[in-house]
Amino acid sequence: MSILVDRDTVIIVQGITGREAASFTKDSLDYGARVVGGVTPGKGGQEVFGLPVTDTVRELTERFHVDATVISVPPAFVKDAAFEAVENGIKLLLIVTERVPRRDVVEIVDLCRLRQARLVGPNSLGVISPGKSRLGMVGGPAQDVRKSYAPGPVGIMSRSGGMTTEIANLLTVAGLGQSTCVSIGGDPIVGTQFADLMADFDADPETEALVFFTEPGGAMETALAERLRECPSRLPIFCFIAGKFVDEMRGVRFGHAATLVRSEADTTEAKARTLREAGVSVVEELSRLPEVVREALS
Amino acid sequence: MRLYEFESKELLRRAGISVPRGRLIAALDEIGSVGDDEFPIAAKSQVLAGGRMKAGGIAFAQDATELAAICTRLLGTTIRGHVVDRLLLEPRVDVAREYYLGVTYDSAAKTPVAIFSRSGGIDVEEARAVYKAVFPLLPPPSSFRFKELLANAGVKGRLLSKMTDTMTRLAELFLEHDCTLAEINPLAVTASGDLLALDAHIDLDEDAFYRHRDLVSDWGLDSRDSSERTQSEFERKAAEIDTTDHRGVAGRMVAFDGSLGLLIGGGGASLTAFDAVRRHGGTPANYCEIGGNPSVWKVKELTKLIMGKPGVEKLAVIMNVVSNTRVDLVARGVVKAMLELGLEPSERVAIFRIPGAWEDDGFAILRKYGVPYVDRTVSIDEAARRAVTSEGS
Repeated sequence: MSILVDRDTVIIVQGITGREAASFTKDSLDYGARVVGGVTPGKGGQEVFGLPVTDTVRELTERFHVDATVISVPPAFVKDAAFEAVENGIKLLLIVTERVPRRDVVEIVDLCRLRQARLVGPNSLGVISPGKSRLGMVGGPAQDVRKSYAPGPVGIMSRSGGMTTEIANLLTVAGLGQSTCVSIGGDPIVGTQFADLMADFDADPETEALVFFTEPGGAMETALAERLRECPSRLPIFCFIAGKFVDEMRGVRFGHAATLVRSEADTTEAKARTLREAGVSVVEELSRLPEVVREALS
Repeated sequence: MRLYEFESKELLRRAGISVPRGRLIAALDEIGSVGDDEFPIAAKSQVLAGGRMKAGGIAFAQDATELAAICTRLLGTTIRGHVVDRLLLEPRVDVAREYYLGVTYDSAAKTPVAIFSRSGGIDVEEARAVYKAVFPLLPPPSSFRFKELLANAGVKGRLLSKMTDTMTRLAELFLEHDCTLAEINPLAVTASGDLLALDAHIDLDEDAFYRHRDLVSDWGLDSRDSSERTQSEFERKAAEIDTTDHRGVAGRMVAFDGSLGLLIGGGGASLTAFDAVRRHGGTPANYCEIGGNPSVWKVKELTKLIMGKPGVEKLAVIMNVVSNTRVDLVARGVVKAMLELGLEPSERVAIFRIPGAWEDDGFAILRKYGVPYVDRTVSIDEAARRAVTSEGS
């Protein structure tokens, strides 16, 4: 097993004829993901790498039992694409698009809540269960994915897409594989936060340790700490927090849209304290992750 | 993006929320039109910063002479790093009580949240006795949500109805204009029992500007510098390089005092690399995040800009394992910049650590010019350590 995406997850891509979407669709097929088709309004009847392109999501959900959709359309069209997917019964949405208006994100989250669907992103690079399948484009072309990711017992979640691959690579180089790696997205509001993934990782027999990457800003770490107090995890959990220098630079945004220190609670120092109190091991040096994870696994 | 007080109040006014009758002036000779019956009057500096009262940016005048003195003093002065070029003049109001009303997003709950406090004029993040209620957008929000919040906070009688109406209008404005914050602080209850928004702070979601074209063009929001911090010339040049060429994200340059130039990325790895350089005793000259596959030109120009900053001897180029950005393009850009500046790439690049897409081509270029590089088996920390060591040698 793994979480969110597995060998037999049936995937469609909304916006499949876009340059970036077509390219990651091919990469995902090469990696073994079961992508069965895609949607681009007005381009129904075309093909992308042998996959059918339709005008509507329904044409695909009528033909296949679709488990997940990857949404890669311009920001102004994301909300409608997400609504179309949810109202056609798709239960897992991954939004790759950046710069989606915040109000639209909240409405998508609300609809997912009403229909018991899950949203990862926006501004997520994807979800990968190494050796099995991938949603989105995390890790790049299949040959690059195979260099950075390997199957194994460590779960990864990250506010940074690039660091999802960086941490996987660090572990892979050290001989430690991964169960599922989730790029949750770098925006102020994302559909799936760290706390939302705990139940999944806890229930996954393949996951034996969890590593996550976070940054200044936002309240996601507090929510995770609360969740861990209410519902202790069976897993050893490790965290690396980047951006210590941002603590001293209030009001200046670095990197992702959500990476901004406004108050004390936003600082890496406050986050580290909160997480440690909840039993998370906060690692000071990124390169020490493999050895501490290995120690916990043995 | 933060709006000025007078703009925020204009949005409130359009939404049917009462605001003081104000006038905006940019020069001293404009105060001639202020009538005797308008005194006492408040002169409020229009700058994109909070805490204006404490910083001396707001003053009260009893008569025309005093007003002239205040305006002379405030216009052109600097409040919290921002030059005051306009003042908002408003008649002083007799206030019975002050409250706080706000709407923003709660990122943990993933919904909007309405906030109320019985003490107005406060910094709500530090205040106690703050009442909050998250409200979903589906089904669409209705007034009762705000009535519940206010009743729960002990607001009663006629004031409950009036304040529910104001908060509903504020929430509607918040959603209609794609705000990320809409705050009335303080909301005054006047001696005659009316509600009046004495100060307002609205932040707009720049990602939603495309659906507010009229407002954006009327108020010139597109060309407005949205950072709360004033940019240096160095930082402005980086932003210019970024907008000249759309390929890749590069820029978001922030100047620091140190000697090691940094070309780092992406979003998370740049933070990681910056911290690592400092932990190993290095002093960064800048923060500069690249990603999204920048062109050779963009990398070249940024490198030249950084190397031209006084005191910069060497450049460290560090990114996470990349899947979209091409290693060879970044390598080419960095080497080209050094050659154009007449600098020896092998001496001036402290370390090049970008593994991933097109790495073999990239490494071939770096080898050709003798640039020290490392592959994916060397961590970001270790690369940063080597850069700092190289700088000292």
